[in-house]
Amino acid sequence: MKIAAYVGGIGVLGPGLGNWPDASAVLSAQRRYESVPTVLPMPTLLSAAERRRTGRVMKLALAVAVEATTHAAVAPARLASVFSSSGADGHNCHEICQALATEGREISPTRFTNSVHNAAAGYWSIATGAQCASTVLCAFDASFCAGLLEALTQVAVDEEPLLLIAYDTEYPEPLHAKRPIPDAFAAAMVLTPRPQSGSLARIEASLGSEPADLLTDLELERLRASIPAARCLPLLKRLALREQGRSVLEYLDESNIIVQVDPCI
Amino acid sequence: MRPLLLKKFTATSCIGRGLEQTLDSLVGQRSGLKRCAFETVDLDTHVGEVPGIDTAALPAYLQRFDCRNNRLAEIGLRQDGFDQAVHEAARRWGSKRIGVFIGTSTAGILETELAYRKRDPQSGALPANFDYGATHNSFSVADFLRRRLRLEGPAAVVSCACASSAKVFGSARRMLEADLIDAAVVGGVDSLCLTTLYGFHSLQLCAAAPCRPFDAARDGISIGEAAAFALLERVPGTLSSDEVLLLGVGESNDAYHMSAPHPEGLGARLAMQAALDSAGLEPGAIDYINLHGTGTPSNDRSESQAVTSIFGPTTPCSSTKGATGHTLGAAGALEAVISALALQHALMPGGVPTAHVDPTLAAHYIREMRRAPLARVLSNSFGFGGTNCSLIFGRAG
Repeated sequence: MKIAAYVGGIGVLGPGLGNWPDASAVLSAQRRYESVPTVLPMPTLLSAAERRRTGRVMKLALAVAVEATTHAAVAPARLASVFSSSGADGHNCHEICQALATEGREISPTRFTNSVHNAAAGYWSIATGAQCASTVLCAFDASFCAGLLEALTQVAVDEEPLLLIAYDTEYPEPLHAKRPIPDAFAAAMVLTPRPQSGSLARIEASLGSEPADLLTDLELERLRASIPAARCLPLLKRLALREQGRSVLEYLDESNIIVQVDPCI
Repeated sequence: MRPLLLKKFTATSCIGRGLEQTLDSLVGQRSGLKRCAFETVDLDTHVGEVPGIDTAALPAYLQRFDCRNNRLAEIGLRQDGFDQAVHEAARRWGSKRIGVFIGTSTAGILETELAYRKRDPQSGALPANFDYGATHNSFSVADFLRRRLRLEGPAAVVSCACASSAKVFGSARRMLEADLIDAAVVGGVDSLCLTTLYGFHSLQLCAAAPCRPFDAARDGISIGEAAAFALLERVPGTLSSDEVLLLGVGESNDAYHMSAPHPEGLGARLAMQAALDSAGLEPGAIDYINLHGTGTPSNDRSESQAVTSIFGPTTPCSSTKGATGHTLGAAGALEAVISALALQHALMPGGVPTAHVDPTLAAHYIREMRRAPLARVLSNSFGFGGTNCSLIFGRAG
């Protein structure tokens, strides 16, 4: 079976990358990359009460999910979803560990509820009313590729449209010293089993051992190498350039993922 | 879906190390829940603690992975010859053609909780020997198992709260159908930690006495820990009749609330129906349901409504969480193994220690173990964030 899908809408947010058109301009060298801290928008699709409870990781994941689905021809409620992240909400985790190291050990119910790895997926399904299958993965530095494989096999096997969201935020100190993710980065893609109006490209994945693609721009390469979700950048670059060919994405120790990209237009 | 074979399976929880002890406890209707004496926890609650984790050891070359969660994983995969079965599969299929998909909710976060007590008084730094990636990170357990079993195929941790290790069966099913792999190690490993104990306490969801699913006086959960695994392969040409197959997987979202179930169990109903559809079965084909049955008033009420809306009030069902505790991210895999034992040994586990079944719950909850031949069993797992997964298992003949 071909492990393939058509890429509809894309969402991107990261240091110096405000959205997909912006990232696309940088990746296709129309604009020079400048790394500035990621600015996270308020998740307007959540109620005011829910918004108060959301941390950086939810704001990040929801921002790219909204961007990708806005540009795709499928209603968010009809999309299955695969969320993939190395570490969920690092700030919330720090607060919990800090509280548990005190005498009283009191943690708030909201902190605990938000500590689950699938919190962002939960808020997304509540906000959009999506009751379809949804899963949330972690594969440490390989989280983007793990999400991509899960998403493409689901689209190919179950022939369902799906939203893939890969996202990572930083930990505060002292965990930051042990897991030095510098800032927030996320990318989302709507993937469909058949081409649709506005499909950007067909992508097909396979496992291989050839070396992963690096980015020639040193600042962009630093971004790719320092945030797990940003390992998607070589694929996004090819999509931005509307260039046919293969992108090799860094996965687990001895294997990488080879993505054949065939632009639709 | 095309059925898959559970070529080998095993479980370790507070009711036993491996299948023989687990079966013995189920038949004897014994609970492994005890008053909480875990670490320095001072909560009035019961837990399902696996004895002997503190003295278990990982192989020397994997010392950086040493933590309670990976020790429990190590104990688990040594039972019932599970690691040997995986080695045989690797010889047959090749190590690159076997995937590893493991569910966990908190992995080795206990290491971080303990490290936060040992921060440098001046700099605030964590101890030098604290290894985030090999212990705290959710992937650590799949990374450990992949190295321990010397596998090189695709790998991921599914972390969808308490539905995690049911959903790994779905991930493996898709990878096998897509022909990316020829076999998959699936399972769940979750271990006691302060985050979940104090966290569920903050939500006032922990019972003081051992949890009593579906009891009129039920008042919350008891947290447990477990490591449960299955080796999944495509169904070969010939099978013996007592082998167990995965027949259906159904996944859904409540899209309702982060920590409360949909009041009428809408998401749960969607997951069970999706599992029946994927197996191509009518509700009447299910002989027994292993409930999610956590023992909180709202969870059991909503699950009972969901179950009766599809199966009516006569299909026997029970929760084994009064025996094992709620093993959170490991519950789906643990209860998959209990479902497989139920099929092989023709028994429906009694829903202990429930004394008076809530008369307002219409589902047919059984308190006493029953012996009866079973052809198919459905197992439910639901989690925070409104994530749901139902699995259907059946005998080969």
